[in-house]
Amino acid sequence: MNVIINYFKDIFQGVWSLIQGMRVTGYYFFHPRQIVTQQYPENRDKLVMFERFKGEVIMPHDENNQHRCTGCGICEINCPNGSIEILTETVINEEGKKEKRIDKHIYHLSMCTFCGLCVKTCPSDALAWGNEFEHAVYDRHKLTKVLNQPGSSLKKEPKSTAKEIKA
Amino acid sequence: MSTETSTLNLFIGENDEYIINMGPQHPSTHGVLRLELALKGELVERVVPHVGYIHRGIEKMSEKLPYPQIIHLTDRMDYLSALMNNEAVCLAAESALQVEVPERVKYVRTILAELQRLASHQLWWCAFGMDLGALTTFFYGLRDREKILDIFEESFGSRLLHSYYLPGGLMHDIHPNFQKRVKEFLKYFRKKLPEYDQLLTGNVIFQNRVKGIGLLSKEDAISYGVTGPSGRGSGFACDVRKHQPYSAYDKVEFTECLHTDGDTWARYKVRVQEMWESMHIIEQLIDNIPEGDYTAKMKAIIKLPAGEYFQRVETARGELAVYIVSDGNKTPYRIHFRTPNFSNMFVMSKIGVGCKIADLVALGGSLDLVIPDIDR
Repeated sequence: MNVIINYFKDIFQGVWSLIQGMRVTGYYFFHPRQIVTQQYPENRDKLVMFERFKGEVIMPHDENNQHRCTGCGICEINCPNGSIEILTETVINEEGKKEKRIDKHIYHLSMCTFCGLCVKTCPSDALAWGNEFEHAVYDRHKLTKVLNQPGSSLKKEPKSTAKEIKA
Repeated sequence: MSTETSTLNLFIGENDEYIINMGPQHPSTHGVLRLELALKGELVERVVPHVGYIHRGIEKMSEKLPYPQIIHLTDRMDYLSALMNNEAVCLAAESALQVEVPERVKYVRTILAELQRLASHQLWWCAFGMDLGALTTFFYGLRDREKILDIFEESFGSRLLHSYYLPGGLMHDIHPNFQKRVKEFLKYFRKKLPEYDQLLTGNVIFQNRVKGIGLLSKEDAISYGVTGPSGRGSGFACDVRKHQPYSAYDKVEFTECLHTDGDTWARYKVRVQEMWESMHIIEQLIDNIPEGDYTAKMKAIIKLPAGEYFQRVETARGELAVYIVSDGNKTPYRIHFRTPNFSNMFVMSKIGVGCKIADLVALGGSLDLVIPDIDR
């Protein structure tokens, strides 16, 4: 007799446990506002990334097309896998003295591991993190970027943070 | 661990054994792990794990890198406990340099480690349900994990591979919203965690799949070095946070979740219980984060004095130990990681014997393996 009772008890308990689970899914079926799924490609216009989001390394330029990179090469040394190459050139400035300045700040996005050491260690706050995250391209050479814009020059002013330039 | 004989016997099959490979591309091994199974009917006679498919030589690479640059490689071992891996290297370097890190750093590191543990256990929970055929759990677990990842993203800009710590402290300070967001999350998750029990824990099909599967005795857990929730499911008290407190774990009160059954069900219960404990730990610390610097004063080039340094931390999967041999240069002479998953996985060759193949999936899921951590 006990066997039969247990048999039906098991069935009842099994069905009851399934109903418990269905209650959770059923609740969200009738409360669609609580569903948090984001419709990604459609909501692209409204999508705001967090301020500190590590999308890619950028070099902020101000309105006069000036940046803060002195070409010291500390970011290049601190990069664990060589994603940064600094090319400098020697020019003669207005006072007739030789001056070393940055020619190209080459950033290989394809090799970057986003560890953040270049941005952290930059002594003149020339680098910052950009929020761009859609990096897919058809040609991998497009992932090698020159961070200083053409025709840009070094900003010679008392220190302010790179974030201020960006803003 | 694959011996010469086992490789030779592959596909030949002694005593009518049927030899089959589970993996390297199998959804339930959660990565590129190959289990060589010898079957008799549906019963597993022998399990021989083959590892190395995703070996990247992190230990060797680290010998060429200065200490701050090693941190980002440790992210890529156990990517679901990235912050704890970072912490292990940082703590080892700090103890070698005898640097006292600010209290704020200790508190933040502890909170972040527990948040990471929660996120990891949530992902384990949903993947475990999915392994056993309950696909619904996957979406519920990821829904809550997303909240933690948002907190991480706001504070340090990345969701999975953080590299947020440096020897001496943090890379930059936590976001001003951090405390508010964590408190919001805890309030939210305290309501949502009972849903996990309703959905999966009480489910009779799930219980029948996991109860009594993969019995691991306490002796075996100790001799195989199974740590973390998998070891605690067998009654092996191995919580480093409790027995060798680091960071701010000596300031908080929590219970070490122990179950003595040693089966898959016990390991499941330990992990769910640990989620409650993690929330309890964060609640004790979140209001008391002291003001102060986010890093100790460090030299630009970190050189560890010659010697050997050892540090253990508790990751979401068990005990991670870092062993650094330094010869006084800015790079380590040798660095070794004792990763939890390596030992946890090889116990499958012991407790997988006698299971059915479908049970092996449940067993593998309950050990919560992360394959890059095995191969590193």
